[in-house]
Amino acid sequence: MAAFGTGARQLQGRGGSPGFRFTLYALLSIVIMFLDERSHWLENARYFLQAAAYPVQLAVSSPSAAWSWLQESFATRDELRKENNRLRAQQRAIEIRSMRFDALQKENAELRGLKEALPAVAERWEVAEVVDVELNSLRQRVLLNRGTSNGVFKGQAVMDEKGLLGQTLHVGPWSSEVILITDPEHAVPVQIERNGLRTIAVGAGDTASLALPYLPANADVKTGDLLMTSGLGGVFPAGYPVARITEVHHDAVQPLAQVRAAPLARIDLDREAVLVWFRPDHPAAPGTATMSDSKTGNARIQPLPAPPRAVTAPAAGTGAEARTSANAGASGSKSTAAAKPSPAAKPTPSPTTHAAVPPRESGASASEAAGTPRAERPQTPRSEPPRSKPTETGASPTATEGAKSPAAAAVPPSPEPAAPPKPSPAATPPPEQQ
Amino acid sequence: MNSEPRFRMVLTTLVALILTVLPLPPWMDPARPAFLVLTVLYWSIAAPRAGGIALGWFGGLALDVFQGPVLGQHALALALITYIFVREHQKIRSKPAFQQALIVFAAIVIYEFIVFAIDGWSGHPITSSARWLHSVTSAMIWPFAAAFLTHRYGRSS
Repeated sequence: MAAFGTGARQLQGRGGSPGFRFTLYALLSIVIMFLDERSHWLENARYFLQAAAYPVQLAVSSPSAAWSWLQESFATRDELRKENNRLRAQQRAIEIRSMRFDALQKENAELRGLKEALPAVAERWEVAEVVDVELNSLRQRVLLNRGTSNGVFKGQAVMDEKGLLGQTLHVGPWSSEVILITDPEHAVPVQIERNGLRTIAVGAGDTASLALPYLPANADVKTGDLLMTSGLGGVFPAGYPVARITEVHHDAVQPLAQVRAAPLARIDLDREAVLVWFRPDHPAAPGTATMSDSKTGNARIQPLPAPPRAVTAPAAGTGAEARTSANAGASGSKSTAAAKPSPAAKPTPSPTTHAAVPPRESGASASEAAGTPRAERPQTPRSEPPRSKPTETGASPTATEGAKSPAAAAVPPSPEPAAPPKPSPAATPPPEQQ
Repeated sequence: MNSEPRFRMVLTTLVALILTVLPLPPWMDPARPAFLVLTVLYWSIAAPRAGGIALGWFGGLALDVFQGPVLGQHALALALITYIFVREHQKIRSKPAFQQALIVFAAIVIYEFIVFAIDGWSGHPITSSARWLHSVTSAMIWPFAAAFLTHRYGRSS
């Protein structure tokens, strides 16, 4: 057993001593890790490595692919006919259900005060095949056979016909790795459909469950509740089904409820997945500016000293973002230091659309900047101690421009009906302000 | 003679890599032996000059491409235990199989600990105890893997 082939020889040959070589390689890998983690310099290297790995991944998946191909080709005529009948019945059901869809959409638009109906939020979708699957308790990933050559980008939403599957993590030229919503490293911002309660669903590491670890013990959540994407977080659009609550535990000792949900997408059965491209100017679409840096969360609802992209922000996209931030403000989440009007920047209260602002303030600044007579002062007390640093007050010119941009005007308080703002058709005024 | 063992080395490492990333049912997956690590360790004591640290590093990098959250973490961990094995290859080689398995167990625990530490540092901590399971299964399979590789590839060099 212990007799190995080559005999003992001198190790000092080419390339220096093993200790030297090890130091070299260790330094190299530390540099690589640092570059990969802290900066995005290695994105290109990853791209090519992914391309190089694709043949191996194809080879690895070939046995199961061959097996399913065999099964399909030897399916009997009877089975095929049965499946055909089932599909036809399903198609009829879907057609009947979608028959009223156009009418309902138009009605909805009228109710929301918009001139024309919005197009659907999904602009384009493409069916991709699942090439490789990795489903264990540490990693829940699948590999799809579509990459940048098909227009796939990092942080793109992936679904199946039942619900949300995940998002793309690494994209190569012909393939893309998808992190599933059940991966323990993945969290998706969700909303309970029944009452609008927002929380976060974290993957539990098996294909059948998600955990909702941040719900307080008295949260209104029941078994059978449907979870939908809330549109926060900048990756997934709002309103897509994610999971259904399966168990709710109230432990008298624990401050938080123990809630589990089962994903609606058939995660372990899917052999195909749908990559979806969303209209960036749709109110339900996720904010495009946050896709690249989704690691650090949504930049717009974090305290910022000065709004960086306020001037050129597209009207509708920020309108949607302002709506979500208004929601966040209304639900009593934190109003950040940047959102408080500092005394030095009094004539134009500080940036509105980029921070989680209570709707009152953003509305006031918007009407002010648009030249309409101010109907009411912002309710935030002026005598508040200056909590923001002097550097933040330097942002007031940009804040003015930001407030003048149509994005800010899309969140009106509508103090009088005579001067209603003219929102672009896509920018919906939040319903709770009407 | 010089290119022949290196070719075999790369071939077996590639096969081990495929075995490592081959999809398995979820309940079996944590217990999957670290085939790539075992192969690299075998070559680093059987032919320390030909493969050694370079083999470990590039094998680890390939593993990173398939399943590492950070590029370079498996490379670093595998390079470290390969270095230990290359340094001590004469001592390890002369041990009986059971003791070799114990040494391999210790090496894979070190390997997994480095991967775990880098996971935590880079913000992907997975604290499940299932991640340590494969060090046991790898140690159990080591005598057979070494015997197989010796029988198949080792003798003729």
